Amino acid sequence: MTRVWAAVIVILFGVVFAGLALGYSERTAPSDLALRYLEQVPADLGAANVVTGILITYRGFDTLGEVAVLFMVAASVGMLLSGSASPAAGSVRPARPPSELVVNGAEVVLPIAFLFGAYVIVNGHLSAGGGFQGGAVVASGVVLLVLARPAVVLHHGFLSVTESLAGVLYVTLGILGLFLAGGFLDSHILPRGAFGAFVSAGAIPLISALLGIKVAAELSVIIDRFRN
Amino acid sequence: MGLPISHLLLVTGLVLALIGMWGVLVHRNILRIIIGFSLFGTGMHIVIVATGYVTNGTAPIIDQALPIGEAAARAVDPVPSALVVTAIVIGFSVTAIMLSFAIRLYEARKTLSIDAFTDSKW
Repeated sequence: MTRVWAAVIVILFGVVFAGLALGYSERTAPSDLALRYLEQVPADLGAANVVTGILITYRGFDTLGEVAVLFMVAASVGMLLSGSASPAAGSVRPARPPSELVVNGAEVVLPIAFLFGAYVIVNGHLSAGGGFQGGAVVASGVVLLVLARPAVVLHHGFLSVTESLAGVLYVTLGILGLFLAGGFLDSHILPRGAFGAFVSAGAIPLISALLGIKVAAELSVIIDRFRN
Repeated sequence: MGLPISHLLLVTGLVLALIGMWGVLVHRNILRIIIGFSLFGTGMHIVIVATGYVTNGTAPIIDQALPIGEAAARAVDPVPSALVVTAIVIGFSVTAIMLSFAIRLYEARKTLSIDAFTDSKW
């Protein structure tokens, strides 16, 4: 019976979605908003990656809110899992040690993963990437570390301090924008620099790096909470 | 010419969302329901990105391959991409919360079947 109702609901949604898919036609030109962003981000902000320019400057406040959501999730996951009763001894099988493939693979891949994460974070204004993406790459390296060495202990205090410091600096940069430039989180507080150079695009690389550090620390804390 | 690429992506995303919805409605195991939610979200991300595609467009990153003068003519819409970055982070957060609730529920009843959680309480 449940399956019948589920099928009915899914088919009804399928009809709605089919209408969407049939009525959709590929756009041949970007919208006016997109055109404005495509012109403004390179010319006004000096960032080669338009998506990063939108995320960090034009929608900077939204990105700050998003980081706040991640922080709240890290806190609430900690709260939900902190009271967990440890399973009675003997009722669970002892965890199998990680295979040799994982242990040796981690030794090779881990430095590259962290390096690549840092590269993605600091090149967010020039090529595909940015704080969130690079932070996620670093956190995936942390997952590999935890899988390969189950005994490793992540220092929660260090992660919390790093994360809070990055957050405070992020907001400070935003407030500096109020005084030195056009508004909160305006990236014009630093000189625009040569287009396409590593040090360019005002405060965008700085904000991107802080964002990356914060996201990596938060995701690592969330991952570590699930481990215990 | 067959289907345009964005149409293909749009249909893939919508089908993925339907699969996720089916999984949420039919399965009784909480972990499978969470996987269904994740599939639904991923499908929607693909749909949003697909709607930003412009015919023959490329990534909105200005470099040698896309000189600044051609950006307006050849780049895809950057707004859906920026929105999906936000949506992915929120999707991750929701999944993390759902998984931690699943752990707590398992501790309460020693099972992951939602049939074991019938009593209402508020």
